[in-house]
Amino acid sequence: MDEHVRISHFRNHYELTRKNYMVKNLKRFRKQLEREEGKLEAAKCDFFPKTFEMPCEYHLFVEEFRKNPGITWIMKPVARSQGKGIFLFRRLKDIMDWRKGTAGKKLTSSEAQPARSAVNPPGGHDARSSDDQKDEIPVENYVAQRYIENPYLVGGRKFDLRVYVLVMSYIPLRAWLYRDGFARFSNTRFTLSSIDDQYVHLTNVAVQKTSPDYHPKKGCKWMIQRFRQYLASKHGPEAVETLFSDMDNIFIRSLQSVQKVIISDKHCFELYGYDILIDQDLKPWLLEVNASPSLTASSQEDYELKTCLLEDTLHVVDMEARLTGREKRVGGFDLMWNDGPVSREEGAPDLSGMGNFVTNTHLGCVNDRKKQLRQLFRSLQSQKKASS
Amino acid sequence: MTLTVLKSTSQGSWEKRILKSLNSMCTELSIPLARKRPVGEQKELLNKWNEMGTDEPDLSLFRPVYAPKDFLEVLINLRNPNYENGDSLSFRTHLGLIQVPLKVKDIPELKEFFVELGLTTGQLGIDDSTQVPPELFENEHVRIGQKVLAEQDSAAAQQYIRQGSPTALRAELWALILNISSQPEDILYYEQLKTNVIQHDLLVDSLIYKDVKLTASNDDYYFVFEDYLYQVLLCFSRDTSVLGHFAYNSASPPKSYIRGKLGLEEYAVFYPPNGVIPFHGFSMYVAPLCFLYHEPSKLYQIFREMYVRFFFRLHSISSHPSGIVSLCLLFETLLQTYLPQLFYHLREIGAQPLRISFKWMVRAFSGYLATDQLLLLWDRILGYNSLEILAVLAAAVFAFRAVNLMEVTSLAAAEAVLADLSTLKVMPLLQIFLFATVT
Repeated sequence: MDEHVRISHFRNHYELTRKNYMVKNLKRFRKQLEREEGKLEAAKCDFFPKTFEMPCEYHLFVEEFRKNPGITWIMKPVARSQGKGIFLFRRLKDIMDWRKGTAGKKLTSSEAQPARSAVNPPGGHDARSSDDQKDEIPVENYVAQRYIENPYLVGGRKFDLRVYVLVMSYIPLRAWLYRDGFARFSNTRFTLSSIDDQYVHLTNVAVQKTSPDYHPKKGCKWMIQRFRQYLASKHGPEAVETLFSDMDNIFIRSLQSVQKVIISDKHCFELYGYDILIDQDLKPWLLEVNASPSLTASSQEDYELKTCLLEDTLHVVDMEARLTGREKRVGGFDLMWNDGPVSREEGAPDLSGMGNFVTNTHLGCVNDRKKQLRQLFRSLQSQKKASS
Repeated sequence: MTLTVLKSTSQGSWEKRILKSLNSMCTELSIPLARKRPVGEQKELLNKWNEMGTDEPDLSLFRPVYAPKDFLEVLINLRNPNYENGDSLSFRTHLGLIQVPLKVKDIPELKEFFVELGLTTGQLGIDDSTQVPPELFENEHVRIGQKVLAEQDSAAAQQYIRQGSPTALRAELWALILNISSQPEDILYYEQLKTNVIQHDLLVDSLIYKDVKLTASNDDYYFVFEDYLYQVLLCFSRDTSVLGHFAYNSASPPKSYIRGKLGLEEYAVFYPPNGVIPFHGFSMYVAPLCFLYHEPSKLYQIFREMYVRFFFRLHSISSHPSGIVSLCLLFETLLQTYLPQLFYHLREIGAQPLRISFKWMVRAFSGYLATDQLLLLWDRILGYNSLEILAVLAAAVFAFRAVNLMEVTSLAAAEAVLADLSTLKVMPLLQIFLFATVT
């Protein structure tokens, strides 16, 4: 492959983006951390709700299920997106049929279409390799995950956060965090008594779009800045700082857990869409990572976010070779990890775990990207002139 | 210009019009103004209390009783029958829509009144931006705010908030300034109102529903708070303590008569019980408050206090300096005096500036500005105990977009230039207009 070519995916990104692989990798990474650095460090990986791969871990799942009677579990197909094929359950008999091979009796009506659907929604496509076709019949791979029953609610509604992380390389690990993102609200009010109402529990916009209450004009999204302000006025700035740095932890650890398995290639980069759920104790949970986050826009604001996101991604990829490689910020992206933590201090060396260290992440903060890009490219130009 | 003259001439006929509109809707739709709910319905409503937004009643036949533009027409036609044209030379040359000669402040007086917004004083909304190191102003300001709260000093809070309130302290500061402390009797009072809502259905409720669905629910940010809006507004319409504000309001609450007893005072009741008929956009007074208060009875108290102190002045006719008439006149005078070219140009193309800015002022800019900017603006309303800042901001917006406005040739084009205020930063605009423009 030519030197200058860039590919927007890593060959085996499914290690991170398919739920069953991700769980496996995370569990393994956690064990390793516990061995090497003790229980406290390992506990930092507890941002993923207890998950069991089906059908191979079915017996482990049943054991866990019996230990915690009455809690709710969610069953998710491993390789599908947009909320398809997901259902909730509380009783083992609800999944007995599924286990016998009828691939889940609670498939939604949108599932009536053949799996290899030609109806690929514009802008978002299923992250499937050719291997997956085999899994369609008879029993698709699912994961059973502990359902988070106490989600943080705004206005009585459940929501999740979509955050964008750009990985330029895995070895060494270089990752950028985009300042903008959004909170996606469920259209209906949250209550545990209506498990069958998938509209309540699933916050994907794709699912919401089919809800009878859905009004396209609304879009049911909040920019993450608005969400951050709302939280700050309710809980104070310190609690918000803690929450957002806990989220940073999720991004880094999840990437570290697949660092050694991803086939590294200097031509590759990838933009991930992370789905995060926050519970009432302000603890963030990782729901999943998407390798092809939807780039269709549901509103003008959404359109601007996504076009700027793409523009800045291309700036970081830097096909024109304008950057020096030492930048800590490009447009709306902040360099979050550069083979080690990146500090916010201007010019200070990148320290790790030291006293006043503040990470260089600004999720939900002011995104004055146009101004920053102008300044950046102007100074790059003058640097080039000076050296030539 | 006295209260009584305005009252007898125009407020009275305006009230009659509103009431007539309400009564005719009532007759057309054959819906009683009020009815007791059957027990089954009461139970259902109680169960759904926290999610009334999920209800989708058929509201197609309901129309808002009036919209701000109807109210503007009334204000435009206000005249003082006692006024002799020979009196004030300057007023004779007033080219705006308002033809009532009330006294309004000019820029030097506004500079004095709003002295804390000056260029040499630190402001939240300006001096807390990302480029300014927090040691210069923000940190100290937050520390002072915490001290004010610790000492529960309401007057100090009011003075302090003129420079803006830190996000984390705002809810408490506003409560302190408005003298709201959630006592058990306040919570009980709210619960009683809630019981009232459960037991009786009012025609006005449908109007409230419709307004929330049309305005707040369609807003990109406030849609989330839809349920809270019903919980506040339905109770508000039944709150007879709100009637107290009519003592200092030139308006009088609309009255209704028990069936068959028209004209007999002893059978007159105020309708709705709080005397306030909601108009199109009314729910936007409550929506921004949902950002700050999450406990329904506290949210309710804050809104009620904001209403009887400030918001009512925005849709009733009076000669008060914070009344909507004075605000309109202040806006027009500022524009005509300090941006005469712009004012004249807009007038020539049939785009009287007030026709565009009126809706901003009536809603205290709610729904037009970004929420964080709106809250900074309302900080100053509380701090200065005056709504005049709304008129100043409206003029500042026109000044800011003057270059584009000079190029337009129609009212529609002027509206388009001023359609989107969501990117504006209010404090710099106000500062530039008051303190940094050569007059």
